Amino acid sequence: MSRLALTLLLAALALPRAALALGDDGVTTLTLDNGLDVVVIEDHTAPAVTHMVWYRVGAADEPPGQSGIAHFLEHLMFKGTEAMPDGAFSRLIAANGGTENAFTSWDYTAYFQTVAADRLGLMMTHEADRMANLRLSPEDVETERGVILEERAQRTDSDPGALFAEQLRAALFLNHPYGVPIIGWRHEMAELDRAAALDFYRRHYAPNNAILVVAGDVTPETVRALAEETYGQMPVAPDVAPQLRPAEPPHRAERRIVFEDARVARPYVARSYLVPARAPGDQGDAAALLVLAELLGRGGVTDRLGAALQLRDGIALYAGARYNPTARDAATFDIFVMPNEGVTLAEAEAALDRELAALVEAGPDPARLSRIKARLRADRVYDLDRIQSRARQFGVALSTGLSPADIAAWPAAIDAVTAEDVVDAAQRFLDRDAAVTGYLRAPAPQIAEATQ
Amino acid sequence: MIARLVIALGLLLAALPVRAALDIEEVTTPGGLTAWLVEDRSLPFVAIDLRFSGGSAIDPPDRPGAVNLMTALLEEGAGTRDASGFQAEAEALAARFQFRTRRDTVAISARMLTENRAESVALLRDALTVPRFDADAVERVRAQVLAGLAQDAQDPEAQASDAFFAAMFGDHPYGHPPEGNATAVAALTADDLRAAHAAALSRGNVHIGVAGDIGAEELAPLLDALLGGLPATGAPLPGPPPAPPPGGLAVMPFDTPQSVAVFGQAAIAEDDPDFIATFVINQIVGGSGFESRLMSELREKRGLTYGVYSWLAPLDGAPLWMGQVASSNATMAQAVDLIREQWADVAGGGVSQAELDAAKTYLTGAYPLRFDGKDRIASILSGMQQSGRPIDYVLDRNAMVAAVTLDDIRRVAGRVMDAEALRFVVVGQPADMVGQ
Repeated sequence: MSRLALTLLLAALALPRAALALGDDGVTTLTLDNGLDVVVIEDHTAPAVTHMVWYRVGAADEPPGQSGIAHFLEHLMFKGTEAMPDGAFSRLIAANGGTENAFTSWDYTAYFQTVAADRLGLMMTHEADRMANLRLSPEDVETERGVILEERAQRTDSDPGALFAEQLRAALFLNHPYGVPIIGWRHEMAELDRAAALDFYRRHYAPNNAILVVAGDVTPETVRALAEETYGQMPVAPDVAPQLRPAEPPHRAERRIVFEDARVARPYVARSYLVPARAPGDQGDAAALLVLAELLGRGGVTDRLGAALQLRDGIALYAGARYNPTARDAATFDIFVMPNEGVTLAEAEAALDRELAALVEAGPDPARLSRIKARLRADRVYDLDRIQSRARQFGVALSTGLSPADIAAWPAAIDAVTAEDVVDAAQRFLDRDAAVTGYLRAPAPQIAEATQ
Repeated sequence: MIARLVIALGLLLAALPVRAALDIEEVTTPGGLTAWLVEDRSLPFVAIDLRFSGGSAIDPPDRPGAVNLMTALLEEGAGTRDASGFQAEAEALAARFQFRTRRDTVAISARMLTENRAESVALLRDALTVPRFDADAVERVRAQVLAGLAQDAQDPEAQASDAFFAAMFGDHPYGHPPEGNATAVAALTADDLRAAHAAALSRGNVHIGVAGDIGAEELAPLLDALLGGLPATGAPLPGPPPAPPPGGLAVMPFDTPQSVAVFGQAAIAEDDPDFIATFVINQIVGGSGFESRLMSELREKRGLTYGVYSWLAPLDGAPLWMGQVASSNATMAQAVDLIREQWADVAGGGVSQAELDAAKTYLTGAYPLRFDGKDRIASILSGMQQSGRPIDYVLDRNAMVAAVTLDDIRRVAGRVMDAEALRFVVVGQPADMVGQ
């Protein structure tokens, strides 16, 4: 019989359900003897459950020359095992009225199903099975390689904006594999084979490198018992250790790129800064950057950039910023400006830099700062309504190295951000030497030779 | 009067304890509006979903895109507030509004916190009833719509979809995208927008779904306050388009590594007795998941695509059965042949009992999972009313799916599906393909 370390999260757990509005109650964490971390999020509003397994491995852990193997393996995981050959797990899920999917990031690879709550054990049995018993035929690998090449064609090669973003990121990271696209570079994807997929699988897929997140109409006791019977029987992989990844050296020189594509209808300028992500026990900088991104905005006319560049100056069609704070090693802070017709990209960029300087000079409007923080608090209430998105937030945070305590502390970290913190973060992190600025535009029209 | 109907969301799986009951109330307001409500006090907010029938179909023939630009301007100044004032207030209230125009509907969804619900309702009321269409806001949003149209003209998926609807509906308003075209949008005046506003939003064409932290007694006056200022009726609908042209294939050359195909044929309406059987057939042919005929033949067996799907598009008066696929230029011809082959096989009675059983268990099991979130529930409720469903449809729907027999499938497939009627629009540089 295995011993379980059962940790109850948060003092808020003791509160009755009606008081959950702003808390993360109903959350239990535990760890099986073989190292599998388990998170249970109770929500009894519907007789359904979302079951997710997160592996702490992603595209940033790929061997050199094998870009895309983490994502390719994610596809191949649907092929089958000895017990469930030829996609039988997918058919079983469908036959039980469930939905399934999977996704790959630089830091994690996750598989999930949403089913009626009484089918949870069935999902666990077969998800645990494919944790160790994947079976791949050479034909499966050949066919699926065609699928991922088509996926790249559809999502990246057919979209100049996606190609541009890929180039920006590759130019930003000097050494860390975050600069390599998750889907992979096409020439390397074309060479990915069965052996590479199985090597990656054996090296990284094991209970001691995974997190189980179960959210919905379940109790921690049920989940614990089912997890012990299924995942608890899976062998520990001795060589699984946190991957050492190449780290970024100091960035000493601004980078600039120009990407031209005939399919670009409206040109824009984008800048991507290398900035910190949420770090275990230290989320203050990330919270300040998040609030800074919200202040700069997403194209609304009350947002800092929208008010200045769209409304006041008439320079931009859209202007906005984006910061995703949750990553294991580093994050990017991205700003973009799409100029109005008649405004050049250089003029748009200059206007952006004037506005950033003005924000540092004068600081944010205190009333707007408090509105932003209120809106972020309200977003957490709206988010509680979506059990799947809550489960996903836990999976992303835990698989990038944050602890349940960090997750619990994040709302307070955001609430604590002051105007001075925002200015300080802008001064320290919006550093042009640690950034790449890109122009996306159509090539200049060719002057046709007068031969007709 | 408040009619009450308790509807259990039953999974048709043996012995599953059904604890979640979706309790839909019909609420009739003193002002004569009807709404469907699911009261759920678990979180302190409410979701309201409004669907106004008409959408871009009521654009005047020489003003395509008028309703879309009007709808995009509703949150850009209303009553005493200019655009900045409106958006600052929405931000302060943490209210979330969305305004969208489709070919047959203007859809507006809102989420608002209980603590400031009255202020949030007043703000949305002004957007719906007294939008300003200030000149600077009109020019700003017009430029954004034009940029979107310019991008669509370079996007193979958007090109294929626009060309497909143009081929199916010609000069009928369904033939143009909701956004209109650049020439027409550039020429729209504030008067055009005011006319579109009066035509598109009325108490007579709205369908209302509500879910969340509110009871019927509070909801009725709220809705009268929100919508009471709208006119009783709007513009008449344009009437259904003529029957679509025969099947065929058009190729639109575009320099891209991968072709996109949009395809479809006429389907049947949601109130047709055979609709549920058609819906089940669609799941078998090209519905969600990896199990459909098309996914299996194109992706799983041959690796020709990342995804291929079909769906029923219940356009008011002109229902369609549509699909989409992207495949390399070299393989698109093969993909199209396989789609036609599967279409013909199913139309000819090729569905097996095992396929039917799998589709039925999937559809009945997945149905309750759609009710994840109050905004989704509100949207389902307004959509049911717009489609003319009865209030107990949620209760009966799975039983209707379960009752479909293989004989039904074969008969309805023969009635509705026609591989010869399938019309394809391919954008790209597909090898070995010529238009028919």
